[in-house]
Amino acid sequence: MEENRLTPPCRAVVVGGSSGSIEVLLHLLPALAPRVPLVMIIVLHRKNSSDSTLLDILALKSALPLREVEDKDPIQPGNIYLAPADYHLLLEKQQLFSLDDSEKVNFSRPSLDVTFESAAEVYGPALVGILLSGANSDGTNGLTAIKKAGGVTVAQLPETAQAGYMPQYAILHTVVDHILDVAGLIRFLNSLE
Amino acid sequence: MIEEEEIDILLNDLFDIYGYDFTNYSRASLKRRITRLYGLDKFPSFAELRYRVRTDSTYLRRFVEEITVNVTEMFRDPLFYKCLRAEVLPSIAAKPFIRVWHAGCSTGEEVYSMAILLKEANLLHKSLLYATDLNPEVLEKARKGIFGLNQLKQYSENYIESGGTKDFSSYYTAHYGQAKFDEELAQKMVFSTHNLVSDRSFNEFDLILCRNVLIYFDKDLQDRVLNLFYESLSPLGYLALGAKETLKFSTIQSQFKPMNKEKIWRKID
Repeated sequence: MEENRLTPPCRAVVVGGSSGSIEVLLHLLPALAPRVPLVMIIVLHRKNSSDSTLLDILALKSALPLREVEDKDPIQPGNIYLAPADYHLLLEKQQLFSLDDSEKVNFSRPSLDVTFESAAEVYGPALVGILLSGANSDGTNGLTAIKKAGGVTVAQLPETAQAGYMPQYAILHTVVDHILDVAGLIRFLNSLE
Repeated sequence: MIEEEEIDILLNDLFDIYGYDFTNYSRASLKRRITRLYGLDKFPSFAELRYRVRTDSTYLRRFVEEITVNVTEMFRDPLFYKCLRAEVLPSIAAKPFIRVWHAGCSTGEEVYSMAILLKEANLLHKSLLYATDLNPEVLEKARKGIFGLNQLKQYSENYIESGGTKDFSSYYTAHYGQAKFDEELAQKMVFSTHNLVSDRSFNEFDLILCRNVLIYFDKDLQDRVLNLFYESLSPLGYLALGAKETLKFSTIQSQFKPMNKEKIWRKID
């Protein structure tokens, strides 16, 4: 009989957050040393301006190449992708991104739910979804979709989040496999295979 | 939940019965739109949705309007409009006649923004703005030039950030929660249905704006449409795309020169 694995083989990680999540990423990104080349996609609620400050800060800190997505960019393992402001970020089966500027979801564009649900369709059980600090309920439906497709769901330990509402909402309303503080998140990501 | 194969069936129906070809639209977004409408209109099954689309031409209009995205605003990305003011308009100002094409204009907010820019550059009197979309319904709204007052505060801020110096409210009359924009602006606009998937070039333009439309197309269709724009531009004409759209996957990239940070290219050969 095959041994039960703690985590299934993972090809992609989607990370979502709102207020208070940038600080978490500033700790997490420099410490990333995944065992296998993964696709990491970051979706943050951000102001809808063409301001590139957020991208610059994250790219500077990141141990892996990090860039903001343009329409139809290919999805390549070993890279970290940031959802641009004022668009929903979707994934196509042909391993490329599509952008969408339709109505806001959960008062947000980009919405975490939209990207999480789209990633769940493309990656199925080979996806990990992580919900960080935030003050709204976006992301919970997305985690549900990831779980339903056989993926793994993770929430930041609410007490360690600057805004605990978002991960707490997910913990209460969907199935969260792991609840981790920042050090735990880093260990978790670096042990994915 | 609608399955991939069901989307294919629906797209076939739309083409066979009505001639609308959505097969080269970005699948992820299209599927999301159809699933959204399916839930919104509370269909008990896919078969019911299919039957309605096939047999009810009134519903078909709603279907097409809802699965295509019609979200737009005035002076969206103000720095883009600032660049139009500062660089593009001065370079075409000397022409005896200026033709602008808004491809996929939706409810017209960008067309009215452009007309305001042209008026402030003293060019509106010799300009014509062609505004096209595949949805007759949204064109009807665009033609009226009436937008919700609740948006106007944001539009006014965008206008100022784009370098506008007038009182923005001088361009419209407020009435029962709505803002009706000046007839003078609309007089220089021509509205017409045009489907970028199936219709040809219909004139030569000095500036083509097609912002946040190509994101809904796959790469093949994007390339076809960009070639259509190339054929429709005058020598040294300008092409403006949305903030995250690009020519980098297209066969026409080498025939254009990027202007600067904003997504504006100039035809060079």
